[in-house]
Amino acid sequence: MFEDHLKVVTLIQEAGEVIGRKKLQKMVYIAKKLNFPFQEKYQFHFYGPYSEELTLKIEELCNMGYIHEVKEKVSGYSQYRYAVNEEGQKLLSTYGAEIELLGDCVRSMNEQSSRFLELVSTIMYFDKFDEDEIKEKVQTVKAKQKYTEEEMNEAFAYISKLKNRVQ
Amino acid sequence: MAKPLGKLHEEKVFKDPVHRYIHVRDELIWRLIGTREFQRLRRIRQLGTTYLTFHGAEHSRFSHSLGVYEITRRIIDIFQEKQTWDPEQRLLVLSAALLHDVGHGPFSHSFEKVFGVDHEEFSRDIILGDTEVNSILSQMGEDFPKQVAEVIAKTHPDKLIVSLISSQIDADRMDYLLRDAYFTGVSYGNFDIERILRVMRPTEDGVVIKSSGMHAVEDYIMSRYQMYWQVYFHPVTRSAEVILSKILHRAKELYETGYTFKRELSHFKTLFEGSVSLEDYISLDEGVIHYYFQGWMDEKDPILSDLCIRFIDRKLFKYTEMVSFTDGHLLSAYFQEAGINPKYYLVVDSSSDLPYDFYRPGEKEERLPINLLKPNGEIRELSRESDVVEAISGKRRTDHKLYFPMDLIEGIQDESLKTKIKEILHK
Repeated sequence: MFEDHLKVVTLIQEAGEVIGRKKLQKMVYIAKKLNFPFQEKYQFHFYGPYSEELTLKIEELCNMGYIHEVKEKVSGYSQYRYAVNEEGQKLLSTYGAEIELLGDCVRSMNEQSSRFLELVSTIMYFDKFDEDEIKEKVQTVKAKQKYTEEEMNEAFAYISKLKNRVQ
Repeated sequence: MAKPLGKLHEEKVFKDPVHRYIHVRDELIWRLIGTREFQRLRRIRQLGTTYLTFHGAEHSRFSHSLGVYEITRRIIDIFQEKQTWDPEQRLLVLSAALLHDVGHGPFSHSFEKVFGVDHEEFSRDIILGDTEVNSILSQMGEDFPKQVAEVIAKTHPDKLIVSLISSQIDADRMDYLLRDAYFTGVSYGNFDIERILRVMRPTEDGVVIKSSGMHAVEDYIMSRYQMYWQVYFHPVTRSAEVILSKILHRAKELYETGYTFKRELSHFKTLFEGSVSLEDYISLDEGVIHYYFQGWMDEKDPILSDLCIRFIDRKLFKYTEMVSFTDGHLLSAYFQEAGINPKYYLVVDSSSDLPYDFYRPGEKEERLPINLLKPNGEIRELSRESDVVEAISGKRRTDHKLYFPMDLIEGIQDESLKTKIKEILHK
């Protein structure tokens, strides 16, 4: 019962605090691509892989009182921060199950910028292509973000690093 | 390569209850409609199990796909005069609009969850694979099928054409809201589509709405909100969906544990084994699924048989508002004690289990919102201008229901156990 919700709570708990919905979306996507057991369905959107199911799940967890959401204004836009509250901690200690190796990956992702995670998740979305094709794809679907060659190489290196961690 | 397909000698029309007529002038579109992969959509209901709640909801993905094509065609007619619109893209967008759901299978959402298949991947495979659809699209150019697939997958570089079919206010949503409202018979799904089409403006990053049309968009947002809570998330429909999903889980589990089914499992075998081919997938439709479910009604496995009887004869689970985590686990233990397998008979269904949503603007760069174009050229997100939209999109609203078979609970012999279960359910 609510196993998939619990996994999202676990991820946020491992991160400590996640600033920005976009960042949280990309973290769960990358974790899913690393074969961690997240079931949320993702589709490609304007800003990279996005899951409406995850958005709703987070709303549900906030409504159930396990996740604390803070809305703040940042340069004219709303931004949200997420952390597991006391009730959520109790829930995890009673029903939660550790997801092996998730903590390291999540903390590392949480240290990256959401722009970088958008690039990483987009690269992972096109992982059926070879590296040159992926770079070309990123330059066409993400033309506005103007990712440099250096950033893309960094993203590929970062993906390898994450994959090594979970092996 | 064969000569690219041109215009038909005379326009073909389909009579349609929502748009009155669907107009086809292009040989490409006409021939795509005639393919076996597209005709298959006639045998897949647009709303899955909703017909068990709203008996009129028998309309198919075929009629919805034609509707999305027609709305897109009308939008393009309006855009033709605008500088930002590239007329060369017309057939690409129309093909993508027509084929956007071609990979849907019967009861897609449950099938995807249980078997890990993805209708979007099958859409791509139908468009790019060895199919009638592909052979027709290929006549427009070697690269044409790939471009259609990219528009549907939302990975095409032209954001404007993607947004016509997939955005917060697109041809897909506009058709399904109107069509679903019409066939379910509810009155609150309607909005003024003609007005919305007239106030849509193309930009490089997608469609924006001229601010003078805000009130028509408010109506559309209200329709989406009402349809979400009154039709798509209807608890009786969700009960049928829960049972459907449990039937598929049970049959898969039985197959994996070596159970011998009375009937040959030709259609399901590759699904159970995770090796479903494109041809296997195309051969699935709702008729096939009902055939199996009817057969499974007299299987010797009592759970599979019972669930199929419930689905076919509409003996659905009852529901209550979700109980707490602790009570949920307690109930699960009581069900075990009573000999009712909680894995199949005690199910939580949440808003997030549904493939629909209502409009919320979200955070910066989370997803693309509906943008209004002000007379001074400024772009403003809809909920910042509209109090009505702000009121319904600014508030979190989610729902969870707990589903259970009341008849089995009533049949529990141990009165004290039965009372304990009922006390939790009726809290």
